[in-house]
Parts: sequence; C-alpha cells; structure tokens
Amino acid sequence: MTARVLKPEEYFIEKEPYYEPIGDEIEVFEAAYRQKLPVLLKGPTGCGKTRFMEHMAWRLKKPLITVSCHDDLTASDLVGRYLVKGGETTWVDGPLASAVRAGGICYLDEIVEARKDTMVVIHPLADDRRVLPVEKLGELLEAPDDFCLAISYNPGYQSVLKDLKQSTRQRFVALEFDYPGPELETNIIVKETGINHDIASKLVKFAHMTRNLKGSGLEEGASTRLLVHAAKLITDDVSPVTACHSAIAQALTDDTEMLVAIKELSSSLF
Amino acid sequence: MASRPSLTAQEIEQQLDNFLDVEFSFLKTAGPATILAELERQEQEYIISWVQRVASTNIQLAYQFITQAVDALDSMDKRIIEAWALHAMDTYDQTGLYKALEVIRNVHNFVQLSHERTAGAVFEEEVGVLAHFAHGLSGRKLKLAEADITYTDTETIYLPPLLARLPTPQQNFLLYKAFVALLWAQTRFGTFRAKLSDQLQQHSEPENFLALFQSLETLRLEACLARELPGLFRDMQTLKTSLAQNDLPAAYLPLAKQLSQPDTTAADVLRLTCEHFGKLQPLPPLCYQTNLQIEEVEACMAKRIETEKARMRVNLAKMLEEMQKENRAFEQREHKFDIKKQPDPTAPEGFQIELTLDDQPIAPPEEVRALSNSIIQDLGDIPDEYLVPAGDGEYDPRLFEDNKPDPDDVWSGTYHEEGAFLYNEWDYRRQHYRKNWCAVREVKITPVYDDFVNSTLHKYSGLVKHLRKTFEAMRDEDRLLKRQVYGDGVDIDALVEALADSHDGSEMSDRLFTRMHRVERNIAVVFMVDMSGSTKGWINEAERESLILLAETLETLGDRYAIYGFSGMARKRCEIYRIKEFDEPYNDEIKARISGIEPKDYTRMGFAIRHLSHILNEVEARTRILITLSDGKPDDYDNYRGDYGIEDTRRALLEARRDGIHPYCITIDREARDYLPHLYGPAAYTVINEVRQLPLKVSDIYRRLTT
Repeated sequence: MTARVLKPEEYFIEKEPYYEPIGDEIEVFEAAYRQKLPVLLKGPTGCGKTRFMEHMAWRLKKPLITVSCHDDLTASDLVGRYLVKGGETTWVDGPLASAVRAGGICYLDEIVEARKDTMVVIHPLADDRRVLPVEKLGELLEAPDDFCLAISYNPGYQSVLKDLKQSTRQRFVALEFDYPGPELETNIIVKETGINHDIASKLVKFAHMTRNLKGSGLEEGASTRLLVHAAKLITDDVSPVTACHSAIAQALTDDTEMLVAIKELSSSLF
Repeated sequence: MASRPSLTAQEIEQQLDNFLDVEFSFLKTAGPATILAELERQEQEYIISWVQRVASTNIQLAYQFITQAVDALDSMDKRIIEAWALHAMDTYDQTGLYKALEVIRNVHNFVQLSHERTAGAVFEEEVGVLAHFAHGLSGRKLKLAEADITYTDTETIYLPPLLARLPTPQQNFLLYKAFVALLWAQTRFGTFRAKLSDQLQQHSEPENFLALFQSLETLRLEACLARELPGLFRDMQTLKTSLAQNDLPAAYLPLAKQLSQPDTTAADVLRLTCEHFGKLQPLPPLCYQTNLQIEEVEACMAKRIETEKARMRVNLAKMLEEMQKENRAFEQREHKFDIKKQPDPTAPEGFQIELTLDDQPIAPPEEVRALSNSIIQDLGDIPDEYLVPAGDGEYDPRLFEDNKPDPDDVWSGTYHEEGAFLYNEWDYRRQHYRKNWCAVREVKITPVYDDFVNSTLHKYSGLVKHLRKTFEAMRDEDRLLKRQVYGDGVDIDALVEALADSHDGSEMSDRLFTRMHRVERNIAVVFMVDMSGSTKGWINEAERESLILLAETLETLGDRYAIYGFSGMARKRCEIYRIKEFDEPYNDEIKARISGIEPKDYTRMGFAIRHLSHILNEVEARTRILITLSDGKPDDYDNYRGDYGIEDTRRALLEARRDGIHPYCITIDREARDYLPHLYGPAAYTVINEVRQLPLKVSDIYRRLTT
C-alpha cells in the first residue's frame, strides 16, 4: 500500500467526517462563510475543533488546508518564498497563499503558538479587505468569495506569552467549543469506536474525574480525543484500567504521584 | 587484611567524656565504655559516631542512647537504629527532652512501630495520591488532614496518621482509599441533609441511635459506591472478606435491599432508624467504619451556607455588572436569574442545573458553577432567595473573602507557626535536617516616599546613561543569518557566487538563503538583599543605590526580576521582605519600597535561599539566577553561626543548584574569600572591597553573568 500524494489545495474531504454538533456552531459557521467573515474556534485541546473544520469543509465542499502553527513559523512559511532551482529563483506559494488562490478553507491550528509577527500577515485577510499582500512578489492576492480563514486557539494556556492580541482576535467571529455533555460524549465514543455503551459512559465519568483535577495538579483534563483513544484500545482487548493509564493518564502528566492517583481513580471505576 | 584492634574501654571513655561534656554534665561514662569495649572496632565506631551526632542535639539524650544502643545492635539492623536516633532527635526538636527520652527508652516500641510502618500505610506518604484522588471525585473539593478519628466535617476529610490493620502496605492503602471514598460519599450523597441532630436530641440513648443510623447509612453509601465506583466497591468487598466482616445478620437483609435503591436518601435512612430503633442491634464496626461528628459538621455547614449564599448573590450581581459594561444596550431594568433543572441520571441528585437570565440560558463563570454545585450538595437545591443579585453594600466583603492571617498580627497572636511557611534546616553535626525548623513569613515593607531615588539617579546620572547603553546592546536584536541551507529569502551574494562556481565547473554551494535568527533572553532573576542589622549606614545606602541602578537597567533589558529582602531573629521569626515581586511593574510604589529598605535583625541565610528558590522555581524561564547581596557571614541569634550557619547555607545552595538555579553572591565582606568558595563555588561570587563601589559594580556583574 502506498500513501496518496495530494497537493494541499486539492485536498477535498469526500467522506462525511463524523461530527456531533453541541449547539448551533454549524449554522453560525455557514452564515459566517456566506458573509465572508473569518472564524475563530476557541476551546480546550481535543474537544473537536479540527474535526469540526473537516466536517465543515466536507459540508461546503471546499479544500481544507490546515497549518499547525509552531513557535518558529515565519510569515514566509505561510505566504511563500523564492527557491533556487537550476540557477534561477522560482516562487513557491505557502499554504495560506495557495488557499487564497484556490478559494479553499485555510485553517491555522493553535495560532498562538506562531510568532507574534507572523500573526500580523493574516490581518488584511481577516477584515473586509480580504487581500493577502505578497511582499516579495510585489503583489496583492485578492481572496475569491469561496475563500475562508479559520483559526483556533486554546484559552486554557494561562501564559501571558500565549495570549491572542486584541487586534487579532477582534477580527473574528468566535465559536466556543467545550467538551460535550456526558450523554453526547458517550455517544461520540460509541460511534467512533463501536465500544459498548456501558464502558463508554464509564470512560466519560473517568474523564470528568480528571477534569475535576484541572488546576489542582493537572493542566488539562482528559479530552474527548483521549477517550476515543482509550476506547479503541479497549475494543482491542486491552483491560480498561491499562487503557486509561496508557491512553489517558500518561498523556496528561508525568508527575508520578498524579499518575498513581489517576490510576486509583480508574481502578475505582472499572 | 587484619582487622584493626578494638578500642579499649579507657579510649572509649575518653571519647565519650569529650562528647558528653562530663566536666559539666557529671555523667558516668565508665559503665557504657566497658560494654562498648567488647564490640568489634567497626561497631564501636558506628555507635560512637552516632553518640556524637545525638550529643550535638542533647547530651542527656546521647547518654541514654549509648546505654540502649548496644542492646539494640543485636536485635535491629543498622538502618533502623539510624531511624530510631533520628526520630528521637526530631521528637526532641518538636516536643522536648522528656518525649525524646521516652523514644530512646522505648526502643522496642519503636521497633514495633517501624514494623507497622513498613507493613502499614502512612498518611504523610500517601496524602499526595489520596488528595488527588479526592479531588478527582466529583463535587466540592475536599481537603485531607490527619486526626485520631476518621470523619469529615464536609470540607476536610480526617484520616488516621497510620493504618496497619492489614498485613500489606497495599491493603492498608486500599483501606485509606475506602475511607476517603466513603467520607466523600457522605458529603456527595447528602448524609448531612438528614435532620439527624433533631432526632438525637429526642432520644434518651443518642449513642445507640447514632450507631444504628450509621450502620444503615453505611449500607446506603456502599450501594452508592457500588454504582459510582464499582471497581473500588469490589476492592472494599475483598477487604471485608479478608477480615470476615462480609456477612450481614438476617434481620438486615431486607433493609440492605431497600437501601440499595438508587433513590433512597439519608432522610429515608433516618426514618428506618426510627422505625427499627430498639429492635435492631447496630452492626459491629466495619474495617472502614467512619465516624459522624455531627456537631462539627453542623458548625462547618452553618458557616459555609451563610457565606455561600452571600458569595452566590454577590457573584450574580458581578455578572450583571459585567454584562452591562460589555453591552451598553443591556437595559437597566430588573433582571431575573432563575435555574432550570435538566434531568441527568448520572448526577447524584438526578438533575443538572442550568442558570438562566430572563429565561435565556447563560454560561456562568467557573466560580459560580462551583458555588452552585456546593450549594446543591448542602441543600439539595438552590433556593430562590439565592438567585437575587446582592445590592450595593448588602454584604460585608470580609464575610466571603478568604481572610489570610496578616503576618504582622501573628506575633501579637497566639501561635508562631500558624500561616507561616516551614522550611527544614541542615544540622551538620547531626548530618541530617531539622524538620520544619524555620517559620518563614513574607512581610510587606513600608514604602518611604522621599527623594532618595531621584537623588540617586542624579548622583549617578553618567553611569545610568552608560549602563542603559550597554544593556540596550545586550537586548536581543534579530540577526539576519546569511548563507543558510534554508531560510525565508534568497541570499543574492551567495547565489551569484554559486552560479559563478557552477559555470566554473566547481561544486555549487547549497547555502543560498538568508534567515532571521532570534535569540531569546529567557532569564528570571531574584535579588536577595541582606537586611541584617549590620548593614546599617553606608552599606544599606549602597544596597539601595545598587538596587535603583539595577532596576533602571533591567527595565531597559526586559529580563524578569524580583527583589526580596531577608532578615531574622531566631528560627521562629524568619522574615522575607517583599520589595518587588515578579509580576509587579517597576513603579513609584516599588521605588518607595526600595527607599524603605532598612536594617533589621540578624543574617539567617538558609531559609531565605530556600524560600526564594521556591519562588524562582515557579517562574517559567530557561535560566534562573539567585543573586545575594550581602555584607557578611550567616549569623543568627540561636547558634546559627560559625560552621552551623555556613553549612546550612551551603546545603540550601546545593538544594537550589539541584533545582537548576544558578546562585551568585556579591559581598562586601573582605574576609569572604575564606568561606564563599565553600558556599558558592570558586567562580560564583564577587567580593567588593569598597562599599562605595557597590552601585557601580552590581549592574556590571549582572551583565557579565548573563551574557
């Protein structure tokens, strides 16, 4: 088997990604898309932001170009750069520029991780001008109506360095995501993994226990994504306590005392 | 190799006389010396060295120790003897000679206890895990504390210091866990919502009534745990089986069935208790039997219910205010908060609440959510009067703010250690820490608004300018790196050269790009300023001037810094003066505090290093530096001088280094070269000969240190 090779702007999602709406986020996103407004997704890690974007890209039938931002991401990583090919320089579009050209959805994941100066290049795209200045080419790329910019951000990081600037955040329509309610979360786990309902609801209960520990030893509680991981292990005949330990506890913390405590919690449940 | 000959009784006696100060203490060492003389050399030396260590704490204690130690040597292994001696010294530190002598005399008791400790579970060791465990369970966050009886007052779970009822540590830990879960269940499943105290008052035999209630309530809570934490419930059953406590008397069976229904409440249990009182004997206590301290619970609940009502109403008022601020259009008319109950079978009450404002659901802040959960836990519901936002000034804010004890009040108050940070101190003669020896408090400094800052800046205006320039140069500027393998732009010079090379036939370089490089200074530094009495006069002024110059230059550099003063008078009064914390901006208040630094008492250094390392460790930074400005050796009232002070300070610095902190010392003590290398290492200190030079040098040293 070989991996498929795709250009980012050709990445259409063909099969419907499973997504359970928590509120009216789908309607709001669609309205924002029609009105050409950029969207900001807020919420803790693993609560379904990226899945939501995939689902929306499928719904709107547009290519989805995802950029995971990191602290060394420069403006040229997004916009593009000259490369040297056979003694000549040639221009190569970055993901943001190709999304603009192709009229796709550009999703900048965890935008706060990027360097402060990088964030500024999205400003002209994110207001009513909807243009991307490409300085090195001396061009302005005007976004077609299909183009959509979405960014995500986790307000849970309480570091001052990782805060979104007002000038950035005030350009976006914000959608808040949180972990789904217990019943919905159970259903999501069942749908994603085919595990039985009883174990899924215990996993959700366990997730709530870890979320109770947020702020008193844990930075974040277990996300829905981690629960799905644990459930997948359990369907593959790993015992629930071991699955919770490897898929959830170890992913949450390195603190030995905390790990023991989480193990005690999971062994109390199962 | 032949073993060395044993010491003779006379030689031993001589050594013991020396350690035990017999000239003054008139202890007779001849007896123990003859016994010791019969041992092997190695064992003799072992005991003598421990006698010396114990003698550094107390001579009587050491004398008792010799007489017991020889016997003990036969029956105990050396690890336990050491633990025994250390335990005796700790006991001496905490409760005095009398109790410590008891520890020494009751060596067999200690052996017994240490066996229990190896097989049992010790609260102190398990509390970390158990506390996390308790926090993970839903509902109000419960604290854990040690007490002789096992109960909860609905905010704290009290557990015994040691559990050794079962043969293995694992089982004993499980017992702790069962206690925590059961007491949590009492608060979570509304045991205290039953009007128990009213009933108790009516009864002639309240103890028996309570015992029956407890038997039945435990059955109900066990059923709750079986539903909520089935894994733990299974373990609890195994515990019971191992102690043969598993069988219920026949009379209880129908009741147990009734109580295991999910909708039974504590009120039902109370009703059943009334019905069966006198007919049914209370069950014998289980291995995880907890106690009910009704009076404490009621006192605790009454207080909490009152403050939570106030906090709820004040918070709702705050929410309204914020909404008005955000949204001008938000009308100034009456708004009505309400709650809606959403059925939720997983919650113990069977519903979740949703807060609404004028019938629109709103998302309450975390605090309000926690509050409403806690209120429901107490009352089973949120009464309507809780949902009326508080009017201006309706509540005294002191009612619901956590009132931290004011450090200045502590001395006028009753107990020295209350509310203080406790730190260990190293006793080099004992070769061990003295536990929780120093009571440290952070104290505010009284700001002095005078002309000191301006006159300093004026006095050193030339230097300030110079320092600013040099420090500005240190700020990380972005550097454009040329000839990189990858980068944002094309390096035209490199490209031209490479093309020329390739025409030439030689190999073409692949280093054709330019890249922006950013060096981040990620430094956090704490300045620890000696505020002992000996700094009075010149030194104090020089210190303050240096701090002003430093702060000015650090502001241009942008490094994170904090300034603390330290001084103390004996171990119970160690004071850290807050001059500038990390997150405080450098402003007039801070300047006034620097100006208000004044000489206080003595120089006890260990606690200051430990406390400030602790503060530094909480800051996220790549490099952490602790710079001490000092004028002399560690020195304090209660024996904290000479080697003791130096060794403790050295130990504290080692601990700091182990945590990844770089300590550095700037001193004006000319004799400092004798002891500073021992403390800080050969390259981590500077001695300044002239007090007047201090302000000139400090910034310069900082610059060298951080580039």
